Amino acid sequence: MAASEQEILEGLGKIINEITGIPASDVTPEKNFVDDLDIDSLSMVEIAVAAQDEFGVEIPDDQLKNLKTVKDVLTFIQA
Amino acid sequence: MSANRVRVVVTGLGATTPVGGDVTSTWTALLAGQSGVEALTTDWIDTVPVKFAGTAAVDPAEVLPRPEARRLDRSEQFAMVASREAWQDAGAPEVAPERLGVVVSSGIGGINTTLAAYDTYRERGWSRLSPFTVPMLMPNGPAAWIGLDRRAQAGVHATVSACASGAEAIGYAMDMIRAGRADVVVAGGTEAAIHGLNIAAFAAARAMSTRNDDPAGASRPWDRDRDGFVLGEGAGIVVLESEEHAKARGARIYAYCAGVGYSADAHHITQPEPEGRGIIMAMTHALTDAGITGLDIKHVNAHATSTPAGDVGEVQAVAKAIGTHPLVTSTKSMTGHLLGGAGGIESVFTIKALQERIVPATINLDNLDDGIEVDLVYGENRPLPEGDIAAVNNSFGFGGHNVSVVFKGA
Repeated sequence: MAASEQEILEGLGKIINEITGIPASDVTPEKNFVDDLDIDSLSMVEIAVAAQDEFGVEIPDDQLKNLKTVKDVLTFIQA
Repeated sequence: MSANRVRVVVTGLGATTPVGGDVTSTWTALLAGQSGVEALTTDWIDTVPVKFAGTAAVDPAEVLPRPEARRLDRSEQFAMVASREAWQDAGAPEVAPERLGVVVSSGIGGINTTLAAYDTYRERGWSRLSPFTVPMLMPNGPAAWIGLDRRAQAGVHATVSACASGAEAIGYAMDMIRAGRADVVVAGGTEAAIHGLNIAAFAAARAMSTRNDDPAGASRPWDRDRDGFVLGEGAGIVVLESEEHAKARGARIYAYCAGVGYSADAHHITQPEPEGRGIIMAMTHALTDAGITGLDIKHVNAHATSTPAGDVGEVQAVAKAIGTHPLVTSTKSMTGHLLGGAGGIESVFTIKALQERIVPATINLDNLDDGIEVDLVYGENRPLPEGDIAAVNNSFGFGGHNVSVVFKGA
């Protein structure tokens, strides 16, 4: 059964908190990873690896660079 | 010695060891004669002949913020914890980044990361590796992370020489300040090598104690029944500073870092040279570098790892290079052997001994071996005399690397 957008958002919030220390509650759909959350490209790789384990969805490098916002990731995982 | 040469002082101390998570708790434990060596309960323990080690008293991953801890190898975590303690202890000196350096070393590097990453790579593929795998396993990682933490730009170095690495780092740091390349340098050693492979490999070299029925009694330097070293983990870091810089800011001065001597045995890759010529040379060079004589040395924190081959040879060399009068101890009897971390923590202990004028007793020394003429401290702690005092910290490593560092009381 596919996870709901809210479940994915909560899971992603936990991953981002674990990796960066940013409070999970700050991880909301409209946030831009670089401009709003100050997450660098290597941290995005860590997040992608953890998301793969959590949601079973592989995020290839050429797709990862297009995922600018939390909403982009939610959409990608649900697609 | 040039009378106007830059003098180097110690203004900060940091340590996390098998007997304590900071300098104060560690030093208190050493003066109480407490062993940090305990039985291991890991999943690989049945695969190795040695079933105990000196695990760190405080898990560094519990001290550091979680996002930071997960990007650091355990050896880097220890170094970060101890370097921050040392920096705060020094009063967080204000120093221009281009005048601040770091020299921190390990003997083995991020081997826990290397081995775990290899498992991940084999079992789950390259794409599951952390992008921080390389900075976690590279042996200059601890120095580099501390350099970033402090924004040090005068030079960040890692001097790798097995079990002499930490002492060599402190010597190199002193040389940086004397050469005018830095005013303040964070220096020391770290190690996190308690892993089945390392224990198996050192056991294959027949270097480790297998006293599995008595872990706390296994590290017994100079005792007739010693049977090898005991692996420990942790880090010891000092803040070194030019005397001028320290005095200008009114810093507390623990001691002078007065001289360093280096040599190499050119004899055998692991065995000590039987006549001790290399280690005598290191101690002699250190005394000359410090501009003092053997009579000025009141204390030696010996390398003495509890191996049959090394312990007695070292104190016979001390007798030749310095004399039989210094109070000699091996704190490895309590901490185990931290490999590249040894020179770091034992420099901290040597400095504390000078500051408090007390030498912690070697534990587990029940039956003194033959051929020892120096004044070993065992049974009870011994005071150091009033007046000017100096001490030597010895560290020797596989490969025949010898480093002796001289500290003088402030």
